[in-house]
Amino acid sequence: MDRKSVGQITPATYAFGSLEEPLRLESGHCLGPVQITYETYGRPDEDRTNAILICHALSGDHHAAGVHTPHDRYTGWWDGMIGPGKAFDTDRYWVICSNVIGGCKGSTGPGSLNPETGEPFGLEFPVVTIGDMVEAQKRLIDHLGIQRLYSIAGGSMGGFQVLEWSLRYPEMVRSAICLASAARLSTQAIAFNAVGRSAITRDPDWNAGQYSGKGPEKGLAIARMVGHITYLSELLLDEKFGRRLQSANRLSYNFATEFAIESYLDHQGSAFTNRFDANSYLYITKAMDYFDITRTYGPLNEAFAHVGARYLFVSYSTDWLFPTAQSKEMVRALLCRGKDVSFIDIDSPHGHDAFLLEEDKLTRIVSGFLTGVGQEAAP
Amino acid sequence: MTSQYVDRLSRTDRDMILTLVPEGARVLDLGCGDCSLLNELVREKSIRGTGLDIDGMQLINGLASGLNVHQGDLDEGLSDFPNQSYDYVILNQTLQVVKNPMLVLDDVLRIGRFGILGFPNFAQWQLRRGLFFGGRAPKSPALPFEWYNTPNIRVLSIKDFFDYCRKKRIDIVHQRYLIGGRWIKKPFWQRATNLLAHIGLFVITQHDRPD
Repeated sequence: MDRKSVGQITPATYAFGSLEEPLRLESGHCLGPVQITYETYGRPDEDRTNAILICHALSGDHHAAGVHTPHDRYTGWWDGMIGPGKAFDTDRYWVICSNVIGGCKGSTGPGSLNPETGEPFGLEFPVVTIGDMVEAQKRLIDHLGIQRLYSIAGGSMGGFQVLEWSLRYPEMVRSAICLASAARLSTQAIAFNAVGRSAITRDPDWNAGQYSGKGPEKGLAIARMVGHITYLSELLLDEKFGRRLQSANRLSYNFATEFAIESYLDHQGSAFTNRFDANSYLYITKAMDYFDITRTYGPLNEAFAHVGARYLFVSYSTDWLFPTAQSKEMVRALLCRGKDVSFIDIDSPHGHDAFLLEEDKLTRIVSGFLTGVGQEAAP
Repeated sequence: MTSQYVDRLSRTDRDMILTLVPEGARVLDLGCGDCSLLNELVREKSIRGTGLDIDGMQLINGLASGLNVHQGDLDEGLSDFPNQSYDYVILNQTLQVVKNPMLVLDDVLRIGRFGILGFPNFAQWQLRRGLFFGGRAPKSPALPFEWYNTPNIRVLSIKDFFDYCRKKRIDIVHQRYLIGGRWIKKPFWQRATNLLAHIGLFVITQHDRPD
């Protein structure tokens, strides 16, 4: 089949939760009004039963496919997966992706204006959880007139949202695709997030979250460098960079950027500061740290007792941030409850990043799974 | 040539398994490969099924027909699957390649009400002849491998299997034997099967299950 681009896309926004009727957060705080920025690809069918919600990861956003202008250098972050003839086939499905609350790409977050002060929220912004992100998405999905999602898909933190959706609104989720994710963030991953947040909050330019313009660029860049290491595998780093020096053959005996891997991380760090807000990084990593199914819903085999979705779990062989065992743990709980669940571990050298890179394999898996979801008898 | 013969053999034991599984059953196929048997069972018998195999990319072929697929290693055990969660658990041409057949067989009968078991009979007369006269590890069209590359690490005969069932109080509900190119139900002369059958196919169940 012909794999095409969804073409030019214009993001939309949806606002809800007036000051009188705000979004109630898990922390007990209220947030409102709330704005959600989102994109849709493909068309709804008559009863809106073909909707698929895509959930983005930490540094992603609502721009999952296509381009915003014909001159864009980059397409959306999952362009290889979303489009006519692709895994999320926009000839068949109505695909939706929204920016999480707490984010910095148009949905309400710490960089938005606080209606009470007229200034950016900064640290006045309440701490949000994955559950709160889902709650906000739920309002959007209701607004779009969708009663039941054909599927919901995401990797990493996107997988957290997928799981939360399927547990919080079991009747609204027909199938769930959870990639490189887990029932809770591991201690090791919390530790790396803590380092990232420290790098930001110890940058003098952070100024307790009150900054305008660029803000703590150095801290955010370091946070991204640390994060980036956790997304790659040892094997891949070795293969891609080895001990190669960036420009010279001789050691320089100083502290300038010297190894190829140093230069790569420097680039990743500084490029990130151009597209991401430091406070959002704090809020979103915090939301990830808090995510723990067992804390909210009890032990896994009880938590999954009442779900209604068909699940697909995909893990990646060299992912050490969200290791295979963490996916298997959930698969086991679902099997134990007699639920419909599929599990595949993709052999890949790409570490955690594989969920974005192994598109060919993932395409075969996802398109097969989505077709299979349609095969089941109507409930 | 041989591989064609083996394809035909696996073709025929699939056909036979198709006749043994009732309409609408819940089926788990252990070592299902590319899910082709399960896919056929979905088409012909409207079963609800799960395929388990060590090769995840092969399993993809089962997803589109609505099967659940599960990448896993039989040698690591099947404790994830709850007791009596399937009507039929299929273990076709797989028993002879697992490290711990006893654990696998226990699991088959724990997870399923019935097990469907197919394995090559290592006491078939051509193999005996090969060993006796040739003095070399036996080969046959159904078992074309050399000793150094055979996946078959467990060597059993139909007689061995009967002994095992007796010892473990396993009932044999149906038996089918591939002799020459034809499937035969319980033959006239039972003892001949161990000499003649290339493949034995059995539907088994635990005799005294504490339900």
